[in-house]
Order: sequence, then C-alpha cells, then structure tokens
Amino acid sequence: MTKYTSREMMAIVAAREIKNGDIVFCGTGISMLAAMAAKHISAPESVIIFETGAIDPKLEEIPLAVSDSRIMYGSSMNSGLADAFAIMQNQATGQHVVGILGAAQIDKYGNLNSTTIGSYAKPDVRFPGSGGACDVASFVGRTIIFMQHEKRRFVPKLDYLTSPGWIDGPRGREKEGLPPGGPIAVITDMAVMRFDEKTKEMYLDGCYPGTAPQTVLENMGFEVDISQAREIPPPSDEELRILRDVCDPQRLILG
Amino acid sequence: MNTSQNKVTSLSEAISKYVVNGSHISIGGFTINRNPMAAVYEIIRRGIKDLHLYAHSNGQGVDELIGAGCVSNLEIAYGGNGRFAPTCIRFKKAAEEGSILIEDYSNYQMTLRFLAGAMGIPFLPTRSSLGTDITDRWGFSETIRKENPNIPDDKLVIMDNPFGNWCDVSKVALVPAINPDVTIIHVQKCDSQGTLRMEGLTFSDIEQAKAAKHLIVTCEDLVDSSELRENPDSNQIPFVYADAVVHVPFGAYPTACYRYYDYDPVYLNEYKEYASDDNRFKEYLDRCVYGVKDHQELLNLVGDERLRSITADPRTGYSTGLDRKQ
Repeated sequence: MTKYTSREMMAIVAAREIKNGDIVFCGTGISMLAAMAAKHISAPESVIIFETGAIDPKLEEIPLAVSDSRIMYGSSMNSGLADAFAIMQNQATGQHVVGILGAAQIDKYGNLNSTTIGSYAKPDVRFPGSGGACDVASFVGRTIIFMQHEKRRFVPKLDYLTSPGWIDGPRGREKEGLPPGGPIAVITDMAVMRFDEKTKEMYLDGCYPGTAPQTVLENMGFEVDISQAREIPPPSDEELRILRDVCDPQRLILG
Repeated sequence: MNTSQNKVTSLSEAISKYVVNGSHISIGGFTINRNPMAAVYEIIRRGIKDLHLYAHSNGQGVDELIGAGCVSNLEIAYGGNGRFAPTCIRFKKAAEEGSILIEDYSNYQMTLRFLAGAMGIPFLPTRSSLGTDITDRWGFSETIRKENPNIPDDKLVIMDNPFGNWCDVSKVALVPAINPDVTIIHVQKCDSQGTLRMEGLTFSDIEQAKAAKHLIVTCEDLVDSSELRENPDSNQIPFVYADAVVHVPFGAYPTACYRYYDYDPVYLNEYKEYASDDNRFKEYLDRCVYGVKDHQELLNLVGDERLRSITADPRTGYSTGLDRKQ
C-alpha cells in the first residue's frame, strides 16, 4: 500500500463525508482538496461554492485564497458575497450546503474560535476572525471541521465563540434562534470525532491506523466517549492518485 | 454623488480631496484580489492618520494601511490573506499590542451593513452570529459610542421576529448600516463619467460603493462611454455614484485583477518577510511606498520581467502555470 501523509488522510476522510448532490462551501487548503477529491471519486454531482461568489468553478489550478482569480475561471457565475451567502440560507438550497471550516479552538459541542486567545480587547494571540465562518456555521445543514489534535485546541471553554456549533446541547441552536443543522464531524490529524444524536456532545468515532483511542484522549482538554471508536480505513491507492495527480499536481497544498 | 461628464483626475488629487485625517473609509476587493493598492499606497505616502476603516476581508490593503500607522479604528470580518498570511501580520501585531481598536463582525454581516447603507436604512436583519461572541463582545465601548456620533450606539441588536414565527424564524440579529465618507474601488473598465465594469467576482464592491458619501474609482482601462453603453447589461455601477475617476494601470498590484494580471507571489512573500519585523517593515515602506513618487515608480522598481510573469492568460484570466511556490 502507498504511503500517505496525515494531511492526505484528512482530505480523503473529509471527501468521504461529501454526498452526491451536496453544495460544498470550502475555503482554500485541504478543505478545497477534499471537495475536489469528492467530485472525482464519489460525488460527481456535488457543487463547489466559495463565499466570495464563485459558483462551481473549473479549478484547473489550486487557488491560494478564496478571492484567487483561479476560482473565477469557468464558473457557472461570478457573483459577490451577498449572492454566495444567499445560497447558504435560501430555503431550497441552504440545507443542502455542507460547510468545511477550521479553527484555533473547539469545544465539546463543536463551537469554534477563530478570533482571539486571551482577552478580546488586548488578546494574547489574534487570529483572522470569522470571515464567512460564522455565517456558514449559522446557516447551513452540515458542517465538517478540520482541526489539529492538540490539547490547547480542544478546550473545555472557548476564549471567544466565533462560529456556532451545537451551542450547549440538543436545544442550543433553537434557543438562540439559529437554523437547524450543525457540525457532523471533526476531522483531525489523528481521528474523526462526531456528535451524539441525543446530547450533541463530541465522541470519538474512529482513529487513523496506528493511533490508539487513549492517545487521542491525551491530546484533548476534555473527556469524550471513546467506547465506539473503530479504525478508519486509510486512503486507497485510487483515492491517493486522484488527490495527488488530479487535484494538486503542483503539490501547492499537499507539499 | 456627481453627474458631471468628466471626473477624471490624478490619484494624488482624488485622495487629497476626499481622504483626510479621521475619515471613515472602505476599500474594495478581497484578500489578494482587486484591492485598490495604488490608492492605499497614496494614502500612506500622504501620511493620513486616524482612519476609521471598514473591511470585510480586504487583506493586503488593510494590512498595509494598519502597518503604516494610518488606522485608529477597524471594523472587520477577516484579517487574513489566503496562503500568504493566515493572519495578516501587521493587523495581528496591532491587535496584540492594542494599538488600534478592533470590532469583529462576519463577512456576510459587513456586506449587509454596506447594503443597508446603500439602501438608506439604519440596519438589516440576519440569522448569522446568534448565540456567538460576535453579538456581545464590543471593540468600541459604550462611552466611545456615545461620544462619537459616527459610531452607532450598539454593535448589534438581537430581536424577536416582529412577524411572529413567519418563515420559521424566531430571532434575528440587526446589524447597523455603514455609510463611509469615502469608498475606493479598483475596477477593470471605467469611463470618464464613472460608469464602470468589473470582471470576475464583484465581492462587496457594489454595496460598498453605493453606501459611501464619496466614491473614488481607479481603473485599468479608461474607456469611451460608447464602449460601456454598447453593452450596459455588463456594467455594475452607474456613473451617479462616482466622484473621481483615476486611470491607474496595475492599480491593484501586488494583488490580482482578473483578466489583466495575477497577484505577484514574489512581492507578497517578500512582504510577509518584511512585515514580520518592525525595522524591516520600515525599510519596506521606505523603499516601496515613501521612496517612490507614485504607483508607476513602484512598478518600475518591480521591473518588466516580474510584471510580464503575472500577465493574465486570455483563456483563464490569470497567469496560467505561474510559479507560486516561492
């Protein structure tokens, strides 16, 4: 079997979450590679959109930002932010949108921080902020979250809640007035976490080959149920070939 | 607002007339695309201070204005610059030092705020950010808001749906309108009266332009009105909004301009290096901004070879096969 990196594993695991007919909101980096790979493997009729307004572009080359001219070539339409966010909350399309997000911190309900560590007024560390992440997390049917599996990132309490997950449990979003939907999976460099249907708390769904559930726990700042953990199948040769040779032949993201 | 036939002027005249210390401004584009960079550099060269800057994700332009000390207040959704800066470097530094006041919104909220400004209404509702810290962590204190008539009393207001449960919505967040003193955008084509045509994504430029008290347009091609009026369906902003039109080829450089040129990965990577160190950043400003008299001199400094390397391929609208690994 071909060797692979954890970044490739993450992209393929995310690609497997995308279904035919999904509208995929992605950023740049591995979230976009995951969306591109899904289109070539299992979801040929999925659609890639960007918050900047590009709908279903050709993506002959990897864009390095969501404003890159590479997302404007061969698209169905080049619009603007207002139109892109309309797709995510339109009654016909919104719940079919899958958003792929990343963050600096996550809590057990899948709420995300991409704004500040420390105080808001004078932060210890400043991150870029919401961008469109809060909008996507507020509006769409399903979100997939990419994280590095580190204790300082999986925290009991966020320093700043930028993008809503399940808020504080099964009725959290409804109480706040948010649309239905929410995070379905957290894909890390070690494992895949999901959210319990009843409690909406994070649990360990599976580990990558060679990683023990206990190791995953040791890299988290809160406890999760590890009793259901299975081994996640590694990328197949065909999945790897598509990811490398079709999606990122210049290795701008895979390295 | 101006209906005169000829609004063509120089960049230095346009900036000196409309942008002064303390102005509330917004700039068009998004991260590494179609930022009005020539205008940004002119603002920096003129030493304009205390700007109140409204941004959704106007990456490179925002970072350079902050780095050069032009900005006091910033309302922003995203201070990143794609793969060139996961968090914009001078923005991050200013935030961590507490040297500017920052208030966070989301991209959609900033777009709605400009749209409300364009529509002449005080706010627009959205379901975005309910239950998050965007709703209740303020960058500007109540005192600052009361003292400054140009900042609304509340950052954002949550209210029950006044139409009951109509559309199955129980609550909305109201975001306040923005009416900048001036918005500056860079576009592909404009005529002397200010009718303009963007190509590719429009981002939030249309809302930003229409929300502003004054609009400065810089353009790649200053074209005859007949060319734009031959196909008016493709124009986005009619001339009534523009106050100044400035012909600035490569006016978005080092950011991209679809169908004209790509972003310059060499410049953006070098910028990253310079921006990471205070002394080196000063060197950068001295050489590339203060050390040149206008945008053309910056382009001369960069040289023809680099500009040729980023020239857009007519088929794709970007520089196909450009080496972006540096």
